[in-house]
Amino acid sequence: MLTLECPCCGVRGEETEFHGGGEAHLKRFGPGSSDAEFETYLFTRENPKGVNFERWRHANGCGKWFHAARCTMTLEVFATYSAQTYEPPADVIAAIKAKRPEWEMPA
Amino acid sequence: MSEAIKATSALEGFASTGFATVREAGLTGMITLRGDLADKALVKAVKDATGAAMPEQRKITTGKSGKVAWMSPDELLLVVDHAEAPGIVDALSTALKDQFAMAVNVSDARVMFEVSGEGAAPREVLAKLAPVDLATESFGVGDVRRTRLAQVAGAFWVEEDGAFRVVAFRSVAQYVGDLLAQASETGSAPEYL
Repeated sequence: MLTLECPCCGVRGEETEFHGGGEAHLKRFGPGSSDAEFETYLFTRENPKGVNFERWRHANGCGKWFHAARCTMTLEVFATYSAQTYEPPADVIAAIKAKRPEWEMPA
Repeated sequence: MSEAIKATSALEGFASTGFATVREAGLTGMITLRGDLADKALVKAVKDATGAAMPEQRKITTGKSGKVAWMSPDELLLVVDHAEAPGIVDALSTALKDQFAMAVNVSDARVMFEVSGEGAAPREVLAKLAPVDLATESFGVGDVRRTRLAQVAGAFWVEEDGAFRVVAFRSVAQYVGDLLAQASETGSAPEYL
């Protein structure tokens, strides 16, 4: 069972209270971009085994979106953080490195 | 000609008794207020409307004419008398006309149930339906929780007398009523809490 803590309302809830919103920190390629860029933006996902950044919504709660950094293998959640950011904050990266020293932020 | 339609609650008269008692709470005024909860004008408008102070995160406060529940970082639920609700919405809208804020009377879009009973019985009913730690030390008077009740969204808080007040959307009133009734059937008490 995946247990997430909503950074907006502080509730520590299990995953059925939330709704997954897919991979986080995507850069949008819209009108004016090449077909290849648009295709990559739409369909190509990292799907790593291990540390993954995701978007979640506290659907059956405060209703806010947030980000989560978690391990796709163990369901361990390293941190949850604000949705209003383009990349994981330094403290989130530090929290991941503390648990997974060999992990590097993908380019 | 058509007759004037009298306001009725979603499941008027719905009641069930098992190891806890469930009843539909009847017409209740509910106002959704969204805005900057730290704003002085908003805090004052809420105080004027209900007599209650601004609640902390995930808390509910009580005033002489209503309750104020914290629903999200920018949303409150005001629980007031059903007949007073439209007037309170007008007063809030006037007081906050220069703010990025919104007050809406959602009384008739919601249903409220009361789950009462001896000791921890009401807690056990809710604990069957919501993924929430309902131990007395984790959830007490003054706490409010927005969560799910089986498959639908809902919110609840506990009163001084140990009875729970459960709020859900009116469109799922029958479902929530049946859920609570079934979860409180005689002989089904987990007696864990």
